[in-house]
Amino acid sequence: MGDSQYSFSLTTFSPSGKLVQIEHALTAVGSGQTSLGIKAANGVVIATEKKLPSILVDETSVQKIQLLTPNIGVVYSGMGPDFRVLVRKSRKQAEQYHRLYKEPIPVTQLVREIAAVMQEFTQSGGVRPFGVSLLVAGFDDKGPQLYQVDPSGSYFSWKASAMGKNVSNAKTFLEKRYTDDMELDDAVHTSILTLKEGFEGQISSKNIEIGIIGTDKKFRVLTPAEIDDYLAEVE
Amino acid sequence: MPQIFEYNGSALIAMVGKNCFAIASDRRLGVQLQTIATDFQRIYKVHDRLFLGLSGLATDAQTLYQRLVFRHKLYQLREERDMKPETFASLVSAILYEKRFGPYFCQPVIAGLGDEDKPFICTMDSIGAKELAKDFVVAGTASESLYGACESMFRPDMEPEDLFETVSQALLSSVDRDCLSGWGGHVYVVTPTEVKERILKGRMD
Repeated sequence: MGDSQYSFSLTTFSPSGKLVQIEHALTAVGSGQTSLGIKAANGVVIATEKKLPSILVDETSVQKIQLLTPNIGVVYSGMGPDFRVLVRKSRKQAEQYHRLYKEPIPVTQLVREIAAVMQEFTQSGGVRPFGVSLLVAGFDDKGPQLYQVDPSGSYFSWKASAMGKNVSNAKTFLEKRYTDDMELDDAVHTSILTLKEGFEGQISSKNIEIGIIGTDKKFRVLTPAEIDDYLAEVE
Repeated sequence: MPQIFEYNGSALIAMVGKNCFAIASDRRLGVQLQTIATDFQRIYKVHDRLFLGLSGLATDAQTLYQRLVFRHKLYQLREERDMKPETFASLVSAILYEKRFGPYFCQPVIAGLGDEDKPFICTMDSIGAKELAKDFVVAGTASESLYGACESMFRPDMEPEDLFETVSQALLSSVDRDCLSGWGGHVYVVTPTEVKERILKGRMD
């Protein structure tokens, strides 16, 4: 904690106007595994690296992409345990909304609720900010949507975005490849290609995860077999 | 119905037509058999295509209305859109059930136009048990007479003018059979393009 005298409390601004703890949280995200998302004309895809610490880990037990509601999925870069906390809180919010209005929560509303929680953890005592950024993919009455939420609690809607290691490379790659009329299948291809760009080692169905949602408004995580099919098409 | 629901007296009715609906009420506010006012509002506009009628105890109706408007305004600000009738009905139901063991003594009637101008009507009891209907719903001290009148006069897919006539006749004939409601009527006919509000003169005794 020797960085500066302003790193002791996250509720203290440094003289330059920064909240140093939030910058540290962003650093944690920046060194996390790469995740990315692309909004297509008829759906959204989110994808992530799934690098495991040892070959002895059972890769089927790790699920980095999670469902929040049947029509909203989420992926993270950064700290896994922090992500689980946010997933639990988000699901509870979604369920409360549904209980009140008997209607699935709109993507924007859920994203706002998640962002509110993350903001609260930058201002409350006795807690630290979340060491994760999220990509939230959903499909509702307003069509396909992709949001990124950062540890500070700020959120943005993207056509395509990336986070974690190699962000800048991945974003440059996405900027080159993205088109507005892209179909969901093309988007899956592009997301695999983007992951491949900065991937150390051989990409396979066991070390990436892909989640998609199309016009059926059902978010699902692709099985390794389905990912293999896409990988075969890409090569 | 428990006595407290009949303290002020009321008659409410909502009916579905072809891409439209009507919601109507009487105008009497009484204290048991004594009439206090003959220009009382029981139907409230939530937004341009959604109306709420509250029968039962007038004081609770007004409080409940204030709470619902509050919640709807917050919803509008948060979600930047109006509530769908189905959503609003669920909200009313949830708010009523919050007071399960000390309820608002009201029976609400909700009528609105949803997506693609599809009319929606519904009523619920004072603790929020929804009752959905395709044709008509009634509430208030005159509800028994209203059921009879509506059952015999309702026809499917009425045009707005026809619907107005049917609803008005059903209301006026029913309140004549009820001591606690009457003194004229208030009718809203809502189509996708306009809201027609009319005041009815009835037997003023």
